Amino acid sequence: MIATPATSVQCRGVLKDFGQGEARVSVLRGVDFSADSGELTFLVGPSGCGKTTLLSVIAGLLNSDDGEVELFGQRVERLPDDQRIRFRRKRLGFVYQQYNLLPALTAAENAAVPLLAAGMPRPQAVEKAAGLLATLGLGNRVNALPNKLSGGQQQRVTLARALVHEPSLILCDEPTAALDHATGDAVMELLSEHAVHPDRSVIVVTHDTRVFKYADRIAHMDDGRIVKTEHPRGISTR
Amino acid sequence: MNFVALRMLTGDRAKYLGLIFAIAFATFLLENQTSIFAGILKRTGSQILDVTDAEIWVMDPQTEYFEQTKALKDTDLTRVRGVEGVEWAVKLYKGNPVARTTAGKFAVSFCLGLDDATLTGAPRAMTLGSWERLREPNSVVIDRAGYALLFPGEPLRLDRTLELNDHKATIVGISDASAPFVSWPVMHARYSEAVNFVGRERSQLSYVLVRPKAGLSAEALCARIEAQTGLRARTTNQFLWDCIHYYLRNTGIPVNFGITIAIALVVGTIVAGQTFYLFTIENLKQFGALKAIGVTNGRLVGMILLQALTVGFIGFSIGTGMAAGFFQVTLQVMATRGIVLMWQNVVLTGACIMLVVVLASLLSLRRVLVLEPAIVFRG
Repeated sequence: MIATPATSVQCRGVLKDFGQGEARVSVLRGVDFSADSGELTFLVGPSGCGKTTLLSVIAGLLNSDDGEVELFGQRVERLPDDQRIRFRRKRLGFVYQQYNLLPALTAAENAAVPLLAAGMPRPQAVEKAAGLLATLGLGNRVNALPNKLSGGQQQRVTLARALVHEPSLILCDEPTAALDHATGDAVMELLSEHAVHPDRSVIVVTHDTRVFKYADRIAHMDDGRIVKTEHPRGISTR
Repeated sequence: MNFVALRMLTGDRAKYLGLIFAIAFATFLLENQTSIFAGILKRTGSQILDVTDAEIWVMDPQTEYFEQTKALKDTDLTRVRGVEGVEWAVKLYKGNPVARTTAGKFAVSFCLGLDDATLTGAPRAMTLGSWERLREPNSVVIDRAGYALLFPGEPLRLDRTLELNDHKATIVGISDASAPFVSWPVMHARYSEAVNFVGRERSQLSYVLVRPKAGLSAEALCARIEAQTGLRARTTNQFLWDCIHYYLRNTGIPVNFGITIAIALVVGTIVAGQTFYLFTIENLKQFGALKAIGVTNGRLVGMILLQALTVGFIGFSIGTGMAAGFFQVTLQVMATRGIVLMWQNVVLTGACIMLVVVLASLLSLRRVLVLEPAIVFRG
């Protein structure tokens, strides 16, 4: 018997508007979307279609105007602020297009930030982060500051920061957009190798078609809606 | 996360040093100007403070400050002595004769005539010679700055002569009297001679110096003297503050210095506050990343306040060191002697700087607290 993957993210009829009056823009117009644990799900579509907004809503960084967002069966937007922050700190990891590393911290210290935020003592946190960086091929750069690292190396530090606290969901926003093809490929290779896990779901927002080969599921978005979902290694649904 | 806050603060060396410098500069400016202001005002009562052996000054009821004397009657001394609780009371004369050297150099001076018998009020800090030699005929003790004014560039030497109102006076001592408000020489002589140095008037007595009996407070005795004699009696400290208040009320000093201090306060604090505010605003994206990761607002507030207090403390310490160094140097200069960095100014400036830094951090905190963590997803 084949085990059915658990649904980690479930969005139903999610709406999100920005602005007011005549300047009001509907960015999400009833999004239905899901992602399963153990899968690398790509959210793709043209610029301005609402991919990043949907990612922010899933992460609980933005509130939707209507609809339901469930993470691991929990309505996160209904949680009080402090519990929502705790949920995010414990169960979510982020990979950003612009890395968002703290320039004053070394690679290992940057990767250790989620552990520090959770209250782990600094020496243990940095040691654990340095170990993870070593498995991501940055063992000799753990003490380097971000400005001494290449784009690909910085993205690997970001990946370590997203993984270090062993979250259940990793959200990646255009992780290869600032990288050349080879480096982007290497980062995606690391992401699929280290981030995808039976108990973890990974959602990647991208419009870099070169990396689609890594996807288990591709949700196509246009004009604020999911218009098509593909399973490159399986069936396609519309 | 405290170490993250401190590393964020010190990571950008240029911004960090800029912040420290701005706060140090503001501190220096404030401590410098307020100390000079306080020092100059204190000079208005220098000759009062120099009299250490009496605690009460008795004067004409209309007298408002040290320079403004209306002569008392000689019988007033006896009346004061008759007040219950007076240990002793002696007379003091203050006049402003022109002192002239044999070389022709001259200057208006303060001449204080001391009780002939006791020499109460004689300067105790002597640079050269001895105040006891005032018992010699035609003798004066002159302060160091006055000597330098009348004998510029010449070494300190005793037994030189001065002409005071056609009287020859011999310098028998050089004192280290506190600097007066105006840069006139300060001379001490016996009462009987001082009145001649200035020129006879019908009444000569300027002040009566009084010491209360043991166990009686100076304030209580002042009240008793006023009630029984109708004269004005002030303690040394009260008389000093009378002088300070008079100058504050009747001269342009407070306005001029007030403007300078206000400018120092505004420029210093705006520079320090704005620099810190900009520092936090420039780090908004980093704070956004921390918020997205799950750092609470409370923790971010703690981080920013830690940054503010750290730069505030370091900048304030450096600024205070600079101010202390400045006054250490100027203390050796004749014209600025006696003007020191007062602890009250340090405390006030410290409170001011910390207030500004915390206010600036609160302003920037507002931006951080309302910051949408989703900012991190915007390229």
